[in-house]
Amino acid sequence: MTVWRFQVTPKSGEEDPRGRRIRATLADFGVSIVRRVEASRLYLIELDADDSVPPRIADELLTDPVVETCRIAKQGDPLSSPDNGVAFEVYFKPGVMDNAANTTLRALHDMGIPAASVRTGYQYVITPGPTEADRLRIPRLIANDCIEEVHPGVRPITPPPTPPSYRFELRHVAIRSLDDDALRRLSRDGHLFLSLDEMQAIRSHFRSLEREPTDLELETLAQTWSEHCVHKTLKSAYVYRGAPMPGSKSDGDVEIRYDNLLADTIARATKELMAEGRGPECLSVFVDNAGIIGFDGEYGIAFKVETHNHPSAIEPYGGAATGAGGVIRDVLGCGLGAKPVANTDVFCVAHPDWPVDQVPKGVIHPKTVLKGIVSGVRDYGNCMGIPTVNGAVHFDPRYLGNPLVYCGCVGLIPRNRIEKAPQPGDAIVVLGGRTGRDGIHGATFSSAELTDTHEDEFGHAVQIGNPVEEKKVRDVVLFARDYRDVPDAASRCLFSSITDCGAGGLSSAIGEMAEKTGAIVDLDKVPLKYSGLRYDEIWISEAQERMVLSVPKSNVDALLALSANEDVEATVIGEFTNTGKLVVRYNGTTVGELDMHFLHDGIPKREKVAEWQPAPTDTTTTSPSAAVSTTGEPKFSNVSIPPMTNAESPVKLDASQHRDIFKTSPELKAMRDKLQAALSDPTVASKHWIIRQYDHEVQAGSAVKPLVGPGEGPGDAAVVKPRLNSSKGVVLGCGLAPDLADVDPYWMAIAAIDEAVRNCVCVGGDPKNMAILDNFCWPSSDDPHSLGALIRTCQACYDAAKAYGLPFISGKDSLNNVFSMSEGDAAMVQRVVDERYGAYSSRVRRQFARQPGKLGIPHTLLISAISVIDDVYKCIRSAPSVASGERYYVCFAGIVYRNGDDIPLHAAAKLHEAVAKAIRSGLVAAAHDLSDGGLLAALVEMGIGAGCSVDACGGTDIAFSEETNQRGLGYLLAHKVSGGAEGASEVLPGALQLLDREVSAIECTSSSAIGSYGGIGWLFRDGGPAMLLRDGEAVAPLEELRIAWRAPLDW
Amino acid sequence: MATTRVLVVRAPGINCEEETAFAWQQAGAVTESIHVRRLIESPTSLDAFQIVTIPGGFSYGDDIASGRVLANQIRHGLGDALARFVERGGFVIGICNGFQVLVRLGLVPGPDAPAKATLTWNATGRYEARWVHLRAVVPHCPFLRMDELYHLPVAHGEGRIAIEEGEAGASRLAGANRIAMQYVSADGAAPTFPENPNGSIENAAALTDSTGRVLGLMPHPERNIFPCNPPVPTRDASPEIDGRPVHQGNRLFQNAIAALR
Repeated sequence: MTVWRFQVTPKSGEEDPRGRRIRATLADFGVSIVRRVEASRLYLIELDADDSVPPRIADELLTDPVVETCRIAKQGDPLSSPDNGVAFEVYFKPGVMDNAANTTLRALHDMGIPAASVRTGYQYVITPGPTEADRLRIPRLIANDCIEEVHPGVRPITPPPTPPSYRFELRHVAIRSLDDDALRRLSRDGHLFLSLDEMQAIRSHFRSLEREPTDLELETLAQTWSEHCVHKTLKSAYVYRGAPMPGSKSDGDVEIRYDNLLADTIARATKELMAEGRGPECLSVFVDNAGIIGFDGEYGIAFKVETHNHPSAIEPYGGAATGAGGVIRDVLGCGLGAKPVANTDVFCVAHPDWPVDQVPKGVIHPKTVLKGIVSGVRDYGNCMGIPTVNGAVHFDPRYLGNPLVYCGCVGLIPRNRIEKAPQPGDAIVVLGGRTGRDGIHGATFSSAELTDTHEDEFGHAVQIGNPVEEKKVRDVVLFARDYRDVPDAASRCLFSSITDCGAGGLSSAIGEMAEKTGAIVDLDKVPLKYSGLRYDEIWISEAQERMVLSVPKSNVDALLALSANEDVEATVIGEFTNTGKLVVRYNGTTVGELDMHFLHDGIPKREKVAEWQPAPTDTTTTSPSAAVSTTGEPKFSNVSIPPMTNAESPVKLDASQHRDIFKTSPELKAMRDKLQAALSDPTVASKHWIIRQYDHEVQAGSAVKPLVGPGEGPGDAAVVKPRLNSSKGVVLGCGLAPDLADVDPYWMAIAAIDEAVRNCVCVGGDPKNMAILDNFCWPSSDDPHSLGALIRTCQACYDAAKAYGLPFISGKDSLNNVFSMSEGDAAMVQRVVDERYGAYSSRVRRQFARQPGKLGIPHTLLISAISVIDDVYKCIRSAPSVASGERYYVCFAGIVYRNGDDIPLHAAAKLHEAVAKAIRSGLVAAAHDLSDGGLLAALVEMGIGAGCSVDACGGTDIAFSEETNQRGLGYLLAHKVSGGAEGASEVLPGALQLLDREVSAIECTSSSAIGSYGGIGWLFRDGGPAMLLRDGEAVAPLEELRIAWRAPLDW
Repeated sequence: MATTRVLVVRAPGINCEEETAFAWQQAGAVTESIHVRRLIESPTSLDAFQIVTIPGGFSYGDDIASGRVLANQIRHGLGDALARFVERGGFVIGICNGFQVLVRLGLVPGPDAPAKATLTWNATGRYEARWVHLRAVVPHCPFLRMDELYHLPVAHGEGRIAIEEGEAGASRLAGANRIAMQYVSADGAAPTFPENPNGSIENAAALTDSTGRVLGLMPHPERNIFPCNPPVPTRDASPEIDGRPVHQGNRLFQNAIAALR
C-alpha cells in the first residue's frame, strides 16, 4: 500500500472563491497584510496500484481540466514548499467524519480502483508571508481546532492513523458507598450533570438492588434524566414569590404554587382550548417529536423547533448543520414519519462588529459564529432539498459566549400515520449512518455551563452532519411508511413506531420507545464507523443521520431490502419485549439492565423556589432596537385621513437639491439620521446575505418569500404550498423580544407571541386557525430569579394563548446558557459594551455584579407560529406592486402602549381578527408588521420593497411619535386609491370603513390607546427617483435609506 | 397519440425529483422515477422512455465537485448508454445538479464542441438563490423555441459556465449553437450581477449539444409551475417584456412533449 497525494489547484487566472473567502476572514481579523490566498484541495489516497493509476484518478475524478490543475506525489517523494508565501495545511483530526473522503472512496470503487483509505484536506498559500505574530494567529482563523488540525508548511505524506483496538471489559461504578460530596464530584467529573438529589436517588436504587451500576447504566440514567430529554425544570413544582402577574388585583407581593409548571400553564392552555373547540384541529400535542395540527382531509402538518446552542458555540458550522439535521429527523420521526416541507431558523448572536482583539478566551468571534451557523444551516437544508423560508436574527452582546441557534422543520403527515406504538416481539432496527465516537455527551453537555476550557472538555460533543445520508434515510422512511407490496396495492406501513437518534443516541431513542414495553439490545450488532468504540460509547454516541424503528418480524425482510435498494444501511440490533426492562448486551454479556419504571419515573421531584421583582428603572431606557418609551401620552385615536401634498406632482428634485434641504432643515436631518440608525441596527437590517444563500424555492411550493417586491423588502411571514396538487398553504412566522425581558419577562413573552401572530396575519394567516411553539433559552435553571422569570413567561404564555385562542403544540428548552470567563475578560467585555453598545451597559454590569465573571443570555422565548390557509393565492405581501402614477394609502391599525401599561390582550386578539378579516375580504393590498424598528422604519421598509416613494404624513403625529417609533403592536395596511385625499375619502365609505368599524368597536379599557385606523402615509410612483418625504417635503432619497438598511449584513 | 414517457433519475443527494416529475405530469407526460443503481443493473430500462431527466440536488454531496461523482458512477456503470439514447432520438435534460452531471459526462456541449466548457464556482463565491430572466437563443433545441423569454429561479453555488480559452471559446460555442439560454435583464440592458447570478461567460445559463436533444440548464423550470411561484404572483395576468410573453417553467416541458408528437 502506498499513499498518494493529489493537490488540486485553480489554474492561474481562474477564480478561487475559497482562497478569497479565507483572505476576507484574515482581513476581518486584522491580518491585513495578506494580498492573496491560494487554496488547493488535498486528497491522500492509499492505494495498491501501479503508477498508471494515479494520473487516471487525477484526470477522470479529481480535476476539472478547464479550470484546475493537479499535482501528484507519492509517499516518500519530497514535497516542495511554495515559491512565494507561506503554506498552511488543514486536515480533519483522526476520527472526525470526513464526508468528502468517504464519497471519494466510493467513486474510486465505481471506477474499479480498490483504494484502502482516503483523507482530504486543504492547503492555503498565503502571500506575502505574514509576520511571526500573525503566523501564530492564522491557524485559529482558518480552521476550528475542535475538529481540525493545522500544519504550518507542507505536511509530508504519512500513512493513515490506525484506529485503536478495543478489548471488552465490563466496568462498574461504585456508587453505593459514596457520600454526598463524592456524588457531586462523580456527577461533574463524569459529565453526568445530575443534581445531588438525583444522584442520591440513583444511589438508593442500587442500594436496594444490592449491586453497583455499570457505567452504561449510570450514563443511561444521566441521558434520560437530562434537562435536554426530560425538561425537568419546566415540569417541576414551584412556589413563586414576588411581584403579582399583570391583571392581578393584588398590589403587593404574591405567592403562587404550581404542581407542574408546564402542565399548569402552557399545556393547560392547549387542553382548555381544545375542550372549548377554539383554535385549529390539534392532532398530536406535546407527546411526540413534533406537534401536529390538521391540514386537509388527508394530511396533518407537523412542526418542531429545536435549539442547538452549545455545539454551535464551539463549532458553529457543524453545530448549526446538525441542529438543522436533528430537527428534520424529529419531523421525520414524528408519528410514523412526516415529510419535511420547510425549515425555519432563528439566531441570537452578539454584534458582528465586536472588536476582533477583545474576545474572551474560549469565545469564537460573533461574526465568525454567524457566518459559520448560516453556512451550516444552508448546507444542510439546501442539500436535503428542504426550503428554508422563515427566520430572524437578534443581536445582543449577552449572546457573546452563548449564541443561540434555533432550527425548525415543518412536515406533512397522513392522518392515518400519526399513531405509533412498538409491540413486544418487534425488531429494533437502526437505520442510516454508522455509529462513531462523535457527539458523545451532547444531552448532558447541554446542561453544562460553558467556560473557557469547554473546547478541550467537550470537543467530542461536536458532530459533523451528512445531509445526503439523511436524504436517503428520509426516502427509506417515507417509502416504508407508504409501502406497497405490488404497485397498485393499498399502502401499508412496514414499521410500528419510529424515532430519531438525537441527544443521548441509542440510549434515549430506545429507552423512550420501549418505555411501555421493554427491550433487549445487542450493541455488538450496531454498525460502526471504525473499531475501538467501547460498549457504552456505542450506546450514547450521537452520531448523526440515524433513526430507530420498531419493525414487526414479518416486515423485517421487506424493510432491509428496501433500505439496501436505496443504499442505506439497516440493521436489526435487538427486539422489543414485554418485560418492562431495558437489557443491553455486548457479545452476549449483559452490560446494563434497568427497570423502565425507575428509568422514566425514578427522577426525584422537588418543589423549586422562584422569585421575581422588577429591575431598577434604568433598564427601561431604550435599547437600539426595542424597549418602550417611558414618557409621553399616546397621541392618537380616530385619526382623520391626512392630505397628500402636491398630489399631482409630489417632488422632483435632484440629489444636490436634497443636500441643500438637509442643510437648511435640521429637523428633517435629525429625522433622517434617526431613521438611518434604526434601519441599520443589525436586528432590523436586511438579512438578504443570509436569505439568498438559502434555497427557499425547492419543492416548488414557495408562495410568499422572505424577501418581497422588486426592492427586496422584508417579508413578514413565509407561505408554502406543501402539496403539489392543492392550493392550501402553510403560513410560518416567528416572534421574539428578549430586550423586554429586562423590563418584565411577562411582557417579553406577550410581545413575542403577538409578533409571531402579526407576522402571520400580515400575509393572510388566520388567527383562528393558528398554533404556536415555545422555545425557552434561559441563562440558568437554578437561581430563583431566573426561575421567577420562567414562571412569569409561562404565565404569560397561558394568558396569551387563552386570550388569542392559540394552542401551543410543541416546545423545547435550553436552560443553561451562561459563559464563565476570567475576571480580566469580564472587565474587557464590560468595557467594550460601555464603549460600543451603551444601551446594554447596565444590563451587563448587573449580571457581573450578581455573579462575577458570568455572562448569561437575556431570557429569550422564541415563539414560532403556524397557520393553515385555504388558498395561497389570497396571500398578500409587505410590498404592493406600485405602478407608475399609482398611489397607495397606508394606515396604521394597532395598539400604542407605554412601559408599565398592561397590553390589553383581548383587544389585541380582536385587532388581529379584524385585520385578518379585512385582508381576507381583499380590501388590503399590502400589510406590514410594526416590529423592532418602529413605525416609520416599517413604512420605509414597505417603500423599499415596493421600490417607490414614501410620503409620511406628519400631521397626525403618529408617524413620528416616540411610542410608535419604538416597538409597537400593530399593522401598516396599504390600499390603492384613485385621486388624492379625496380619492381616499371615496374609498373609505365602502371598503375601509369596515375595518374602521371593526377596530373602533374593540373596547380597550387600559390606559393604552388602540389606534382605530389612522392614515399615516402614502406610497406612490411618479416617474422620478424614489424619495422619502414628510408632508411632501423631501427627507432623503429612498436608495440612501435602502443602502443603510442593507449595508450592515451585506457580507 | 402515444403518451410521452419520461424517466426521472433518482440518486443519493438528488432532491428535486418529486416536483420535476410533477412538472412533466402537468405537461402531459407519464413519469417513472428510477434509482441510478437500478438503471445500472438494467441499462435496457432506458428503452422504455423518450425523455431522460436528471433533476437538481446535491448528488453525493457535490463532494470533489458538483455532479462529478454521479457522473463518474453513470460513466462507469452505464457506459455510453445515455449517448446512444440520444442517438436514437431520445431527449435528455439536466436541471441544475443534473446539468452539472451532463457537463461532467461530456454530453453538453458535446464531444464535438469547438471548445470545452465546465460549471464552476459562482463569481460571488457562494450559493445564490434568486429569480432570473432568460432568453432561449438556439433554434434546434426541442425544449426551447428561439427567443422565448422565461422567468425562473436559480439556486446554486457552482453555476458559472467557464469555457476554455475564455471569450474566444465562448464565441465559438455560441456560433455552434451550443449556448442554449442566456441571462437577460428585465429591461433589456446588458445583464450584470444579480441578473447574471453567477458571472457566467456570455451570460450563458444553459448548454446543448449538436443535436439539440440534450439540454442542461442551471435555472429550475420545475420551480415555476404554479402562478403563485414567481416573486410577484401572476394568476391573472401574464407578464410581458416589450410586449412579449415571459413564460413560466411549464412551457419548457410542454415544448419537449409537443416536439415528440
